[in-house]
Amino acid sequence: MRHIISVVLENETGALSRVSGLFSQRGFNIESLTVAQTNDPSLSRMTIVSTGDDRVLEQIVKQLNKLIEVVKVSDLTSQDHIERDLMLVKISPTKKDNFDLKQLVDVFSCKIVDVTDSTYTIEISGKTKKINAFLDAFDPTSILEVSRTGVTGISRGKKLI
Amino acid sequence: MKLNGAEILIDCLQKEGVEHIFGYPGGATLHIYDALEAQEEIIHVLVRHEQGAAHAADGYARTNGKPGVVLVTSGPGITNAVTGIATANMDSIPMVVISGQVPSPLIGNDAFQEVDAVGITRSCVKHNFLIKDISEVAITVKKAFHIATTGRPGPVVIDIPKDVTINQMELEEYPETVKMRSYKPTTKASNRQIKKASELIANSQRPILYSGGGSVIGNASKELREFTRLLGFPITQTLMGLGAYPGTDELSIGMLGMHGTYEANMAMHDSDCVVAIGARFDDRITGNLAKFCPSAKFIHIDIDPSQISKNVVADIPIVGQTKQVLQALIEELKDEKLEDISKWWSQINTWREVDSLAYKKKPGVIKPQTVIEILYEVTKGEAIVTSDVGQHQMWAAQYYLFDEPRRWINSGGLGTMGFGLPAAMGAKIAMPDKDVVCVTGEGSIQMMLQELSTMLQYKTPVKIVNLNNRYLGMVRQWQEFFYEKRYAMSYMDALPDFVKLAESYGHVGILVEKEADLKPALIESLKQKDRTVFVDIITDPNENVFPMIPAGGAHCDMLLAGRDDMVSKDETDFNAV
Ligand SMILES: Cc1ncc(C[n+]2csc(CCOP(=O)(O)OP(=O)(O)O)c2C)c(N)n1
Ligand SMILES: [Mg+2]
Repeated sequence: MRHIISVVLENETGALSRVSGLFSQRGFNIESLTVAQTNDPSLSRMTIVSTGDDRVLEQIVKQLNKLIEVVKVSDLTSQDHIERDLMLVKISPTKKDNFDLKQLVDVFSCKIVDVTDSTYTIEISGKTKKINAFLDAFDPTSILEVSRTGVTGISRGKKLI
Repeated sequence: MKLNGAEILIDCLQKEGVEHIFGYPGGATLHIYDALEAQEEIIHVLVRHEQGAAHAADGYARTNGKPGVVLVTSGPGITNAVTGIATANMDSIPMVVISGQVPSPLIGNDAFQEVDAVGITRSCVKHNFLIKDISEVAITVKKAFHIATTGRPGPVVIDIPKDVTINQMELEEYPETVKMRSYKPTTKASNRQIKKASELIANSQRPILYSGGGSVIGNASKELREFTRLLGFPITQTLMGLGAYPGTDELSIGMLGMHGTYEANMAMHDSDCVVAIGARFDDRITGNLAKFCPSAKFIHIDIDPSQISKNVVADIPIVGQTKQVLQALIEELKDEKLEDISKWWSQINTWREVDSLAYKKKPGVIKPQTVIEILYEVTKGEAIVTSDVGQHQMWAAQYYLFDEPRRWINSGGLGTMGFGLPAAMGAKIAMPDKDVVCVTGEGSIQMMLQELSTMLQYKTPVKIVNLNNRYLGMVRQWQEFFYEKRYAMSYMDALPDFVKLAESYGHVGILVEKEADLKPALIESLKQKDRTVFVDIITDPNENVFPMIPAGGAHCDMLLAGRDDMVSKDETDFNAV
């Protein structure tokens, strides 16, 4: 099972390595991890995507809570939520890509943000699946470089973490 | 008044009520030592190795419940202490370790004696800090003691760069309390869980109480006694929990787990209701998880939520302090009518009759079990016993019946050879009026021997009972059982003359080779109140620890003494070591 875990923690040096260290020490896997300061500069928010059954998830949440700098932990996947992954991708279409790039960009509602004589750089955001589908549309050899943020998320409605 | 960072640090420690520091100086801590020297409130014990400092502070903390304090220098100072810190962490011992660090501007430059202390210790502490500015010294010390001693206790490292100890600022009021939005350990259990647990307890027919280190660390011994006697349930204790409930009491059915008694393990296996009190279902306790307590429901009381349902799913989890939870359960169950469990007790008593700790004496050799039995007799069961790691540790746990908590001091979680001697020194400093005995083996004792020198300097007379079997006995035992007697590197050749060795350190040494000399030697050692006495006892090299659950086995698959034929090679799971 895939889980998206939101962690609010003190914005202190070392806090990130405590979290990543916890995952490697205890053999929990990380699919992606994003972190940045929140509107309160003393706090950071981290979004971690991990996989495991319910017991693994329970341990992840408990172990995260045990870290002294962690203020709040929440499993977004257990509630109604919005998740987004952002990708910048550099593409050089080949003959196999016999579609109109402009049209494809419209279908996926993304943006071409940079163009050269042989490359396009495209910005796309959305659920992980959508981004994967966008990449799948291309011949693998046309994709030169990919940079993704990993998933970030927030709960729907008035509910706060 | 302006003080430098070192003086502020010492002032904070005094205000925390610190009376003893175990440490070793170096370049990065020179200012701190200078400030220590200028005062008299705190006594500094100069160990001979930083690992010894951490174990001594640990033994001190386990004995009197106060946090142990360690002071080491940067680089090799802190790396030497790591084993001791990890030992304390595994057994939830409150400890504050202050390590010097190279001056802030040099951090990250591979400076002389620089290591990333915070990085190296991260995974074996409850928390750690790097102080960046002198203004953070007081609040960091306050937080460190708060974190180390509350919730589930543990070691906290404070890394202080040298320039922070040199810089000056006005002394500010030391904070009385500290509030942290990210750290609020639960203390009081939920009423609903208490009610549910009480119901299950009252309706159980084959109940067992399984108490661990949390009953000792949580100072819940009194409540545990009251609770157990109120229910009249059998109680088994882990290696870490021994003494919270009196080992000589009728309701006590001994230690459980890999080397637990037959009755304790069989009762666990057949129980329908296991009440775990401050215990964490460690693999040395459960054996093969798939075969563990097949018909039991579990009530799990622990201060640390992450321990609950980690290895064994709890039917009724209760997060809270053992003391408070037991009080609440007593209140709830006081007037409750319980099931009649006399049948259960008669079953347990037939298991008791197996007498799983019986052993055969052999003429001409001293059995290690006999040593512990006589030690128990001559100390009237009242000594503080520290131990190293190996067979001797298991025999001490099995044959010395602890009637009080904080009398049995051993490295249960990490299993650190070398722990026993410095821990005994720390225990003696914490309780100068008690007899302190270190039960050790010729292998373990050689890992921290140098502390004999510290023990002379600080006059901490302890009795060292060396079960000298000329083997890394626990390793030899596994090789005998599971590696077809291929004794790879478990024989200790070229042992020192321990009597002369003790004497050269200024202590008393006694060699015991005959059983007849054993009791007089132990009595003599205890008579020498103000001397450390090293009693080197030549024991049976081939003796094994029984009962034993081989790795991968269930509680009902115990090997008993004198029944070596029961060992079947293929049922053992080598990966489960
Ligand atoms: C620091 C450390 N290294 C290795 C081990 C593995 N180990 C466990 S018991 C043991 C043998 C201990 O020998 P000794 O102290 O003579 O005790 P005995 O088992 O003979 O009573 C060893 C090597 C350990 N527990 N700790
Ligand atoms: Mg030995």
